[in-house]
Amino acid sequence: MAHFDGELWREIYRRMVRIRTFEDEASRLASKGEIPGALHTAAGQEGEIVGACMALRPDDYMVGNHRSHGHPIGKGAALRPLMAELFGKQTGVCHGKGGSMHLADFSVGSLGETSIVGSGMPVAVGAALGSKLKGNDRVTLCFFGDGASNEGTFHESLNLAAIWSLPVIFLCENNGYGATTPASTVMSVANVADRAKAYAIPGAIVDGQDAIAVYERVLQAVDRARRGEGPTLVEAKTYRYADHAVNLGPGFAIDRGHELAQWRRRDPIALFRARMIEAAIEEEELARIEAEVAASVADAVEFARSSPFPSYEEAFDDVFGERVPLPQSPLACG
Amino acid sequence: MPRKSFLEAVRDAQFEEMKRDPHVFMMGEDLTTNLFGATTGFVEAFGKERVRNTPISEAGFIGAAAGAAMVGMRPIVDVTIASFIYPAMDQLISIVSKSRYLYGGQARLPLVLRLSLFYGNSTAAQHSDRPYPMLMAVPGLKVIIPSNPLDMKGLLKSAVRDDDPVLCFEDAGLWSTKMEIPDDEDFLVPLGRATVSREGRDVTVVALAACVAQSLAAAADLAKEGVSVEVIDPRTLVPLDAETILRSVRKTGRLVVVDPAHRTCSAASEIAALVAERAFGALRAPVLRVTTPDTHIPFSPPLEARLFPSKSRIAEAIRRVVGFDLGDSRRSAGA
Repeated sequence: MAHFDGELWREIYRRMVRIRTFEDEASRLASKGEIPGALHTAAGQEGEIVGACMALRPDDYMVGNHRSHGHPIGKGAALRPLMAELFGKQTGVCHGKGGSMHLADFSVGSLGETSIVGSGMPVAVGAALGSKLKGNDRVTLCFFGDGASNEGTFHESLNLAAIWSLPVIFLCENNGYGATTPASTVMSVANVADRAKAYAIPGAIVDGQDAIAVYERVLQAVDRARRGEGPTLVEAKTYRYADHAVNLGPGFAIDRGHELAQWRRRDPIALFRARMIEAAIEEEELARIEAEVAASVADAVEFARSSPFPSYEEAFDDVFGERVPLPQSPLACG
Repeated sequence: MPRKSFLEAVRDAQFEEMKRDPHVFMMGEDLTTNLFGATTGFVEAFGKERVRNTPISEAGFIGAAAGAAMVGMRPIVDVTIASFIYPAMDQLISIVSKSRYLYGGQARLPLVLRLSLFYGNSTAAQHSDRPYPMLMAVPGLKVIIPSNPLDMKGLLKSAVRDDDPVLCFEDAGLWSTKMEIPDDEDFLVPLGRATVSREGRDVTVVALAACVAQSLAAAADLAKEGVSVEVIDPRTLVPLDAETILRSVRKTGRLVVVDPAHRTCSAASEIAALVAERAFGALRAPVLRVTTPDTHIPFSPPLEARLFPSKSRIAEAIRRVVGFDLGDSRRSAGA
């Protein structure tokens, strides 16, 4: 059993519950059309997300993917701007430009979630290269899925990070599926971590439903990266409960009946909750954390609802540093 | 003033900017080998951390340039031949062009990608591309296309200092051309500003890259025939200096656009559309494009040579627009 650290454990629990509650509420609002677009949730994966994020310092960097909400919440981002972003509001963390798949909160080192599978991996390598060139000891955590490990960018990123000994941790969230395709049918190795051998870097497998196990293994990788010894590939075996995404249509629903039930029995939040009670944390305290989180999510929804949409002119901001010209009339070319 | 070649201008611009700002660094294949002479003396001056050889891994290092830029570095990536950007298209379009926008202005991507236009020397269809038009169609990418050593140096230095991604297309046909360049480390040519390379009254020729010199040569020939040609070099395609082009066309009433890219959706097409929309009343003849036809670039030298714009094709287009009779055309169109 891992060394007990009350403050750390409480924070891990709080962040896992925050992700679950935030996403449950967002799914509900997306299903009834209040949140536009597709919504990819990570329910079931909170253990690996928070375990990995808690191994970082606040000033470390993080890059993620289309299953976007958990990562910035895990890294400590405020909920109001995240929820407002899901609503497409001006007060959103990306001012309504990114939405559910592209959250980013640079104030907590979240450099952005990207929605083309595998596309964030070279960016993470570049952030780590930036740390190296600047001579600071910030590391970069790169979340990616089992699907991304079949992309060319996976190979290019691990190779670059390995040859340049960059301070990056590649955290594979292997949830078993790329959309509806079982990972095992599109890989010739049993584990994504096995691929680390090709780059002569450490490759580790952890139980993604055990937040502490993830935390401890990622912390080793973080320490190695900070010492300048290079990257590590950590594969967290995990599972997502929901279909690929809310609002993408019934074609994404697949029957995973027995398998889903089995994984639900190893729910990362329920497992950790039981462990905290074993470690003599009062159940009332956990209930208090849950109530606080529920209130903060409700507050975030209310904030998002009452926020204005961006103005039309803002569609032309942030293409470049200077605003691009607005069309002078419907017929004009600008 | 010292005379410098186009490639020496590239070298000097990079050297001066790396010396000025420690956040500037270079990445690319065979960089330390100094294949074309654009990094002479760099390793000695800046070391191999800042003059960084990469594997042949375009998606990897162009995406890494984006990540490094997002945490405050200012990479210059030598992509070498322009077609080598294709393996990195997702990084270029999904990450480099869109991150500032997607993240609501939180990300800044001050990076420069240098891409040479390596056509006209028997490298066949995969190495001879001039792909700037398709990238002009991607919001978020600035595009420069210098036509001489002076602009090359001044534009590249401005690009390095710019806070947005800039694609620098360098016509390899210009590499050995020389001109006097001021010995001033703060000499800059601003992005987004065209220049009038030759003043004239009868026809405007807007030309890109090596086609500027061809157009100037055609203009000199036409002057002997009594035709006064104005040559405009946009220098930057994004953002395009529309006003300088429109002002010229409103004066001359005629436009020929010369672009070594393929015809369909070329930069020439965009400039022609701009003029048709905003200066239609000034036109006294149809707008003509002198471009590369929509076929691939063949290996065989005599085939390849005929495809690109040339002084004689430009001169022929100028004669046609100057000789065009608006009244005749309208009568025949009505008949």
